[in-house]
Amino acid sequence: MVEHTLIPEHKKLNEEDSEKILKKFNISRKQLPKIKANDPAILKFEPKKGDIIEIIRESPTTGKSLFYRVVA
Amino acid sequence: MSSIYEEFSNIPESSMNEIKELTKGMDQSSRKKVLKRVSEEYEKAKINPGEAIGIITAESFGEPGTQMILRVFHFAGVAEMSLTLGLTRLIELFDARKSPSTPLTKIYLKHGYKTDVDKVKAIAASIKETKLKDISDEFSFNLTQFRIEVLLNKKEMKELKITETHVVNVLKESLKDLDVKDDNGTLRIKPKEKDSLSGLYKLKEKLKYAAIKGVKGVEQVTPVKQENEYIIYCTTDNLKDIFKVEGVDETKTTTNNPFVIADLLGIEAARKIIIDEAVEVIKNQGLDIDIRHIMFLADVMTNTGVIKGITRTGITSEKESVLARASFETPIKHIVNASLIGEVDNLNSVIENVMLNQPVPLGTGLPDLVATMKEDAVKGKKK
Repeated sequence: MVEHTLIPEHKKLNEEDSEKILKKFNISRKQLPKIKANDPAILKFEPKKGDIIEIIRESPTTGKSLFYRVVA
Repeated sequence: MSSIYEEFSNIPESSMNEIKELTKGMDQSSRKKVLKRVSEEYEKAKINPGEAIGIITAESFGEPGTQMILRVFHFAGVAEMSLTLGLTRLIELFDARKSPSTPLTKIYLKHGYKTDVDKVKAIAASIKETKLKDISDEFSFNLTQFRIEVLLNKKEMKELKITETHVVNVLKESLKDLDVKDDNGTLRIKPKEKDSLSGLYKLKEKLKYAAIKGVKGVEQVTPVKQENEYIIYCTTDNLKDIFKVEGVDETKTTTNNPFVIADLLGIEAARKIIIDEAVEVIKNQGLDIDIRHIMFLADVMTNTGVIKGITRTGITSEKESVLARASFETPIKHIVNASLIGEVDNLNSVIENVMLNQPVPLGTGLPDLVATMKEDAVKGKKK
């Protein structure tokens, strides 16, 4: 699998957690930033359209920071 | 112990670590007070909904950019390598040009390679692209036999560790329909089908630039010692082939072309490289732009899952509103297209409302009034 210091940790959220996130931000899937289904960093999850990917970034300002992308 | 930190989960990790460090030796209740204050201050420091952060970013880049403009064409970097710096590079980066004007790959090496000078040199030599003309002394025609004869430079070949059989095999593979034979240091190359004289001449030119060894497109390779290890800089963005070279640490090696990174490592890695490159350029110029602005720009550029530049074909084309798109560049094209397909503009954003002399949905213009009427009041009115 692709491993690189530039790639932050990616995680596929299950249905329950996805709903939680959408509720937390009060948005629909359409409004999330997107990630391609064939993105090398998420190939291992065999992503389907509409899956929400949680990205754990190492931010220079806040340390660990969470970011979400929807598979498009 | 940990529960008191969980209560203030809005405080970011880095600040939390700082507090933990600073409140060492404090008792629980005063630590809680500190956390509460920090939590409050953090909420206050957050950007308010409706704040026009785009324009703040634009201004933050614009002002130092005027200082950068005076020192654009500087050549610097490692060893004799030239690098585009300053405003030119910044524009190139944010416009998302497909390939940078000076591609550069920074190769990190694996354990067992990175401290050994001889191994580093060997890897550097194996990466550099060697063409047939680099290892040969003379190209000549033999018209009676209708073939090309190439006199190989044995000394050069020995240095680069290339054998005659290797050259013959590579040529046979890369250029089809050729009859290649090695005769004690002279290659006899004959096209299988009889060709015209000009065809033979074209073949000679092709042969000169036939790749024998190395990674395609690598012209310059410079090993550099950094701290305790060697790093190899090379002028290419062909990361895919570099990863295949033995000894290269494919978990650290990077290039300055975000598109290549996006293809190989994904959009998040591309976002990171955009930030790193921009920070590097700005730092090199002795300027200081808050990294949050750069992170914001990189986020916008990678929002759609692919890299989009800050241009009319990039992020501006993603805008929903016709009028917003028309206000940036090529207005007639956008308006004509929109009228042809019957596009609707909901006037949700800023610029289209400015055009129509309406309040913009920004800052205090953003919130709408929502009131829940008491039931009696509604009833009373009806009476």
